[in-house]
Amino acid sequence: MSADKTAILAPSRRLLYYRHRLPVRIMHWINVLCLSILFLSGLGIFNAHPLLYWGHSSYSTRPAVLEISARTGAAPADLADLAAATDDADDAAPDEDASEPRGILRIGGREFDTTGVLGVSTNADGTLTQQAFPSWLTVPGRYSLAESRLWHFFFAWLFVFNGLAYICYLLASGHLRRDLLPDAAEVRGIGPSIVDHLKFRHPQGEAARRYNVLQKLAYLTVIFVLLPLIVLMGMAMSPMLDTVVNGWVDWFGGRQSARTIHFIVAWLLVAFVLIHVFEVIVSGLWNHMRSMITGYYRIDAGNGKGEQP
Amino acid sequence: MKPHSQYRRRFFRRSLAGAGAMLLAGCDYLGGKPWFVNMLGTGEALSRGIHRSLIPRKAMAQEFTEADLSPHFRSNGTAAPDSELYRALAGGNFADWRLVVDGLVARPAQFSLPQLRALPGRTQITRHDCVEGWSAIGKWTGVPLHAVLEAVRPDPAAKYVVFHCADPMDSNGRNLYYESIDLDDAYHPQTILAYSLNDRPLPIANGAPLRLRVERQLGYKQAKYLMRIELASSLADIHGGRGGYWEDSNGYQWYAGI
Repeated sequence: MSADKTAILAPSRRLLYYRHRLPVRIMHWINVLCLSILFLSGLGIFNAHPLLYWGHSSYSTRPAVLEISARTGAAPADLADLAAATDDADDAAPDEDASEPRGILRIGGREFDTTGVLGVSTNADGTLTQQAFPSWLTVPGRYSLAESRLWHFFFAWLFVFNGLAYICYLLASGHLRRDLLPDAAEVRGIGPSIVDHLKFRHPQGEAARRYNVLQKLAYLTVIFVLLPLIVLMGMAMSPMLDTVVNGWVDWFGGRQSARTIHFIVAWLLVAFVLIHVFEVIVSGLWNHMRSMITGYYRIDAGNGKGEQP
Repeated sequence: MKPHSQYRRRFFRRSLAGAGAMLLAGCDYLGGKPWFVNMLGTGEALSRGIHRSLIPRKAMAQEFTEADLSPHFRSNGTAAPDSELYRALAGGNFADWRLVVDGLVARPAQFSLPQLRALPGRTQITRHDCVEGWSAIGKWTGVPLHAVLEAVRPDPAAKYVVFHCADPMDSNGRNLYYESIDLDDAYHPQTILAYSLNDRPLPIANGAPLRLRVERQLGYKQAKYLMRIELASSLADIHGGRGGYWEDSNGYQWYAGI
């Protein structure tokens, strides 16, 4: 977000102003590419061992906290008993169902039938495949741990360099202080802001020049908490990087805990992206897209709180 | 909901699905191009270069306590080598087994199991990290690789240590497993030739009679069923030239520190 001198008064009394500077635009789109490929290749890597644990190792006295599997053969005993008990009430399942593989997601002690998406899914050539995440969510599309790792580590480096450049830019340009850090008044205004968001009321006019307080806090959380954490947890999985400070991986519960945190943070980032894209769409998709491509964002100069320039 | 916004929502949904499909198709297309795969491979070179230049050569892998031991140490790779030679050696309780150490060395040598056990040993409780993502903790006892190397006096031209194994990786008994490491890892104090797991002789499932432990790398580097150690100046002339069975056959990264 920048100075008034770059503002152009459009004939329709709408104001185009220079919102995103070139480095931010470039780094934003590199980040989109990196995070997309890191996520999809990460799911490909996860498919090699679709279980998550807490602690140092996978083989301890503790069971896995999450498991995605395919189960063939007869239904589990308790389900079979249940079916027998309610035999007259339900239309009995066809026999061939017993041999069809079912995709099962188990979290803690609970099981969910996720056939079609998790555990058992249809791949690109239409064949039923037993793998944790479906081929339409992995890079490459067919299962290859070696290739998923190649993609993951190349884009991990690109992501890290891009992220470091962004942090330097944030600090050097004043972008952090000027646009991202909320002031005291904004922090006090969180309550009304939440209500506005829930009602899909978005700031208009001059108020739309600035990021909203919830938006600021979301960006700060992603930039300074989630993204550094996911990188650190990725590093914790490297047996070589584990040696840098002896035992540092224990601060996060051990290598398998780090792997679990890496996975959870990846999905938190997906949640952020979904909300981010949703907010972009409901508050003016093309306006936002233009501003992140050309830099210029349009505000309605007439009905804002501030004076027209 | 107005028809206009319904149309718009459908448009967004299709755009999103279309963009996703294009991204995946594009990735698969590029993944088939050698120049692109080579470019992706620079990530490995960068990881290795940065690790090797920033992390001290003797930085130690974390060691654990007896309380951390995995109740069952999972067997990775081959669990029972399918070869007549190996079955004969195992049938004789490895009395006829010898570790050959040769290549670019001044004094090629052979070691029997009792000879290796007689050398000063090292015991370490470490975490084994498989490339697939799982970890297991085991207690290993063995002879440090540097002690064996010092006995054979490597040539200054030697840059790699290659481990030739007894386990065939296909059904016709050929394609014996092999792996390689560089001298930084070869002379690392925790790099040992292990003959014991959890205070018992190394089980066949875990690589009897002798396996490599190179604790700062992933599981596929931990060569089992060792038969021969070769010192080499380059990996180019050994099997497929990429330094290991999985590297040659499946495109795994040679540097397995990440």
